[in-house]
Amino acid sequence: MKVRDVIRILDAEVLVDGNLDTEVKTACGSDMMSDVLAFVKDQGMLLTGLCNPQVIRTAEMMDMHCVVFVRGKDIDPSIVELARSRDIIVLQTRHRMFSACGLLYMGGLRGE
Amino acid sequence: MSALTFTYEVPGDDFTRAGEASSDVKRKLKQLGYNPEAIRKVAIAMYEGEINMVIHANGGEAKVEVDPHEIRITLSDKGPGIPDVEKAMQEGWSTAPDTIRNLGFGAGMGLPNIKKYTDELRIDTKVGEGTTLYMKVLA
Ligand SMILES: Nc1ncnc2c1ncn2[C@@H]1O[C@H](COP(=O)(O)OP(=O)(O)OP(=O)(O)O)[C@@H](O)[C@H]1O
Ligand SMILES: [Mg+2]
Repeated sequence: MKVRDVIRILDAEVLVDGNLDTEVKTACGSDMMSDVLAFVKDQGMLLTGLCNPQVIRTAEMMDMHCVVFVRGKDIDPSIVELARSRDIIVLQTRHRMFSACGLLYMGGLRGE
Repeated sequence: MSALTFTYEVPGDDFTRAGEASSDVKRKLKQLGYNPEAIRKVAIAMYEGEINMVIHANGGEAKVEVDPHEIRITLSDKGPGIPDVEKAMQEGWSTAPDTIRNLGFGAGMGLPNIKKYTDELRIDTKVGEGTTLYMKVLA
């Protein structure tokens, strides 16, 4: 699926724009960056309820293209700026983690 | 040919800035044209080590030497040291408090992950004096 499909499925707001035709083959969902760093292989997208700059740094180190913040919390502008400077697309959805992952899974996205 | 060397201060009092050094190294290695797999290994291993210095040791210093065929990273701090390195190397072993877990870290996965992504790892540590990690990634 493409990033634009993710936006449609999650009814997401785009906080940092980019190439919305970027292909997302697999994704992972976690609030623990430790686990993301340890277990993620080639997942191009991270869904998380954690809102701090280390989310973007973790995505950067893992070569991920897109971060989705779930539950519609307020995202600090500094996080958005950091993502923009690293060419990482940032989306935000009102859905909670479980629903967001479920919706994407039903849409055909897998974990690995 | 002499190696290129980059050094960084890693501030211990600002969690939001943790990872800046690793991020800079990642960009430099990209510019220098290293292969993406080596860059990724360096980025993940160094980031884990940098985060450790910030959350466990109140910051420290990073030195990165790049050669055409290998990248050497030295992370040194004057923190509390690691009493039992063998234990610390086990997956899931962590002394991080809940305040750290609420920031998304402290699963006890960092050191094992560094081991996984480096071709060489040495840890010199002394309780009450500090910790130095030497890592090497072949390019
Ligand atoms: N630079 C350091 N100074 C002092 N203690 C350290 C240092 N690095 C690691 N440790 C100790 O080793 C333990 C294991 O480290 P490791 O990086 O594997 O896990 P963590 O940092 O606790 O959690 P995670 O890395 O998953 O976020 C830490 O909990 C801490 O007690
Ligand atoms: Mg760690």
